Amino acid sequence: MLDRAAQAGTPKDAATRRVRFRGAGFVPASSRFGGWIGLALVIAVWQLAGSLRWVNPLFLPAPSAIAKAIYELAISGALWQHVSVSLLRIGAGWLLGTAAGVAVGFAIGLSRIARSVGITFISALFPIPKIALLPLLILWLGIGEEPKIATIALGVFFSTAISVYSGVDAVPRNLIRMAQSFNVPFATIVRKVIWPGALPSILAGFRITASVALLLVVSAEMIGAQYGIGAFVLQAGNLMQTDQLLAGVVILSVFGLAVGKVINLLETKLLHWR
Amino acid sequence: MDLIADHISHRFGELAVLDDVSFTVGSGEVVAIVGPSGCGKSTLLSILGGLLQPTSGVAELRGAPPADSLNPLTFVFQDFALLPWANVEENVEFPLLHTSLSAQARRAQVDDALRRTGLTDFRKAYPKQLSGGMRQRVGISRALAVKPAILLMDEPLSALDSQTRELLMEDFVRLLADGAMGAAYVTHNLEEAVRLADRIVVLSRRPGRIREVVSVAMTRAERGEATARAKMLELQNQLWSLIRTEAIDAEREVQHA
Repeated sequence: MLDRAAQAGTPKDAATRRVRFRGAGFVPASSRFGGWIGLALVIAVWQLAGSLRWVNPLFLPAPSAIAKAIYELAISGALWQHVSVSLLRIGAGWLLGTAAGVAVGFAIGLSRIARSVGITFISALFPIPKIALLPLLILWLGIGEEPKIATIALGVFFSTAISVYSGVDAVPRNLIRMAQSFNVPFATIVRKVIWPGALPSILAGFRITASVALLLVVSAEMIGAQYGIGAFVLQAGNLMQTDQLLAGVVILSVFGLAVGKVINLLETKLLHWR
Repeated sequence: MDLIADHISHRFGELAVLDDVSFTVGSGEVVAIVGPSGCGKSTLLSILGGLLQPTSGVAELRGAPPADSLNPLTFVFQDFALLPWANVEENVEFPLLHTSLSAQARRAQVDDALRRTGLTDFRKAYPKQLSGGMRQRVGISRALAVKPAILLMDEPLSALDSQTRELLMEDFVRLLADGAMGAAYVTHNLEEAVRLADRIVVLSRRPGRIREVVSVAMTRAERGEATARAKMLELQNQLWSLIRTEAIDAEREVQHA
């Protein structure tokens, strides 16, 4: 029955039927242009709705109006003024929080005492919405830049510390044992085994802390600041300048995207071995 | 340099894993340690290599290691334990970084170790790009780079398919041929034990005790010949009859756990 002649030459009759293919689906591959086309479509409909006056431009200005607002802000120099102040706060706060978070995270990951003390404090303080501390920080640090930067730094610190010590915990123990079996000293094990092993988790943490920093800078600037994207958006809202308001929102979104791209780049560069 | 297990016992909490195990790995000698699963073979090797402190008894070294040995007791791991972010030559160089060797001397030692394991053409490859057999060759190359006196091999072939295992066994025979290195070779594979070892320590089921020490009265070169087949099979069967009933019990126990 299984000889060659039977396989090749068996005539198909009524009882012969093809095995039905049932393996389709469940592999959603994202197409390269699909996203852009979708975005363009939404903007086009939005623009149409604005041009045809389907919606009141005071409540939802058309994309063209927002683009115009951004252009005018850029020309007048106001855009740069607000963006630069916000960037400075984010940069300073994020760097401070990250430096402290990495140091504390490594301490918790490597030392028994730091772990018992550190985890208790972090579990207790992590859930506090850091923006709630801004008034206290203003009392302590005055009404300048310091309390805003400190709020961002605090928000960044806890997430960073957690992602760093989870990263250190996730370094395969067999690699550490291997290094010990070659008498590799502690500092070299930290530098050559634990640091690179924890890096994926640390970079994933950066992705989160970047958005935390953005959230906190806007909140802090809405509470008390003259300049900065948050202050600008709030002012625009108070004055019913919705095109300006949305211009600010677009700039925030672009900033978030840019940070995401930078982290993607870091990941492909530093984690190519994965 | 000899490595001596002197009345080693070990327990993990309530669980007694090893009970009064004593034997010696002589200079240049290959000692296989076999036994049913869960008999404490790998625990014993960790203790011998100083990675685990035994509950009682000691692991001791007797005699001086070769002068150029940077790490007299060197492990080869079952899971290879390669740094995934380092390429082949960086992995092999890793245990040399903290030594007093100059960059040039390190380089020479790495080159030599890569050459002996046939990895020279793969020096820039990353572990994920390599097959299991090549990964373990990197592990062996890394061990050779520190010029060990005794290799501590913890089921080095267990993660590999049978064809690769055969090829790597040939490598081991070649590397151990000149008697410059000894080895403690933990395995559950009796064929490996019979092929490579000068002596085979048979452990009992948990808590592991020495049941028997079997000498293999053939040189490793002889064992590679077709005429030795029957003799080796006979030895394998002899070992299996020592282990079989306990292996069955051990397997049942694991399934109940």
